[in-house]
Amino acid sequence: MLDFAELWSPIRLTLELATVTTLVLLVIGTPIAWWLARSQSRWKEAVAAVVALPLVLPPTVLGFYLLILLGPEGPGGWIAGLFGGRTLAFTFEGLVIGSVFYSMPFVVQPIRNAFEAFGERPLEVAATLRASPWDRFWSVALPLARPGLLTGAVLGFAHTVGEFGVILMIGGNIPGETRVLSIAVYDYVETLQWTKAHILAGGLLIFSFLVILTMMLLDRRLGRRLGQSTP
Amino acid sequence: MTRAAAAARENGIDARFAGRLGDRRNGFSLDIDFTAPLQGITALFGPSGCGKTSLLRCIAGLNRLPGHLSVGGEAWQDEARGHYLPPHRRAVGYVFQEASLFPHLSVAKNLLYGAKRAGTETRNGAPSFDDIVALLGIDHLLERAPEALSGGERQRVALGRALLSRPRVLLMDEPLSALDRMTKEEILPYFEALPQALGLPILYVSHDIGEVSRLADRMVLIAKGRKVAEGPLQALLERLDLSPETGRFEAGVVVSARVAGHDPNFRMTRLELGGQPLSLPQADVAVGEDVRLRIRARDVGLATQRPTGISFRNVLAGTIQEIVEEPETAFAETLVEVGGQRLRARLTREAVAELGLTPGTPVFALIKSVAFDRRALSAAHGEGREESSVGQEAPHHVQQQP
Repeated sequence: MLDFAELWSPIRLTLELATVTTLVLLVIGTPIAWWLARSQSRWKEAVAAVVALPLVLPPTVLGFYLLILLGPEGPGGWIAGLFGGRTLAFTFEGLVIGSVFYSMPFVVQPIRNAFEAFGERPLEVAATLRASPWDRFWSVALPLARPGLLTGAVLGFAHTVGEFGVILMIGGNIPGETRVLSIAVYDYVETLQWTKAHILAGGLLIFSFLVILTMMLLDRRLGRRLGQSTP
Repeated sequence: MTRAAAAARENGIDARFAGRLGDRRNGFSLDIDFTAPLQGITALFGPSGCGKTSLLRCIAGLNRLPGHLSVGGEAWQDEARGHYLPPHRRAVGYVFQEASLFPHLSVAKNLLYGAKRAGTETRNGAPSFDDIVALLGIDHLLERAPEALSGGERQRVALGRALLSRPRVLLMDEPLSALDRMTKEEILPYFEALPQALGLPILYVSHDIGEVSRLADRMVLIAKGRKVAEGPLQALLERLDLSPETGRFEAGVVVSARVAGHDPNFRMTRLELGGQPLSLPQADVAVGEDVRLRIRARDVGLATQRPTGISFRNVLAGTIQEIVEEPETAFAETLVEVGGQRLRARLTREAVAELGLTPGTPVFALIKSVAFDRRALSAAHGEGREESSVGQEAPHHVQQQP
């Protein structure tokens, strides 16, 4: 018979990984997007290119470098040492770090676009109404960028769920620790456990469809509501 | 510096900005100083691209140019001493060309955005939320989203939002130019009522001399990033040498007149201008009220004898004060004194020669009654305008669509 606990473990791990990754990405991706949208610096596009790199880089290449960075000889190993470990590779924390790099462009780009779309005017209005720069960011920029933040969060989450190559390189296949859905599907196919592969693959298919559908519907609704934001 | 200028420096707005804005290719050089009293409406007037909006943005702190700025003796900027207040530390209200309401907030929350941040220290007689809402007639809109408002309603909410941030000076950047004619007429009375209702000085940027004539008390004339002249509106409009800047075709003066009566039969309103009658199509003004009337130079003709058998309703006796012939063109500008006030008449040089007009010639100024459109007449608000409390008087629309 099917062992549902065995199937549930990678699902739960994947959801945990995607959730943590998305939260981390919103926290560090939003300031990056803000800087990319507002800065006059000539390094701006170079930074944008670095952020976008995972779009074109083979996941195995990204994974290879991450493996070195996270391993015992890299900074990851040093950090792990602080907590009594030896390496960040083949750990959940390592997967989060890898996923953050891997999914970064999917989160930063929509948020940057949203910040750029409403232009300077709302921020100038807020400034003449006594709002400090920090206040303007929270009370005007973030609410106006909400469609972008939502798109970024959904894309980042979904992209992390579908991650395979990077995890294969830096996570391996440790049940409950690094054995996420895509790895599990691969594993079941390799070992000819077709039923289990079908359940997980079918579930992912439906999940992906629902994600995209939800996003499109939300996008339309929010786009209508904030339609006035651009002058 | 005259004593008046020194007083303005102490008690008014004193601004001087000089420098370049923008990059080298699309750059723009500005070098303007002016003063304005802390009451009434001062228009910053000039053609598109003359720098008046940049000047206003410098005053708000949205653009930064070397210079100094003090408002009521309080220094907002003094570049020589390295003093510069960022925009959110300047007590300005700014009304942009587009209303620019925050789309994610309701009308009420838009109105309160600045009020919440302006602090609780109440300026003497600072208007309350209810005062402003009543003054602008927006109480029925409070729960709506900005997208559900008409253009005119949006601009009124934007004005209310700026007013509620407890400004010491209100800056308005062509607040009507994005609106259609009808909507302009709907909003102008609210603007007119502002100085009296709130005792708040307004710097009003516009390139429409009609709008300026109706609203402003003082004017700063700007061209190509430089100040051409500044002073009381009437005096500047009467200066023939400023024709290139005040607009030849739209040039005209503003006179004060008193409403003498109405003729309900012919639907005419009679005014009295320096003891002489003046008729125009019926306007919604009370008998005995003082009004200001804009008379365009091109609507005025001159005769050396009182004409008879003529459809022109208005024949005003006066004396030619000044004639400026425009070389290389067909035209001449004349200034005619009528009962202590002055009219401008735009004539052809040929007519001036044929009639033998010179300064001192007694003439009759002819004005068609139909030349006065709905925008020509507005409530008088002269130099000696008194401050009064809010809400005592709804903004009244002097001329309504019948």
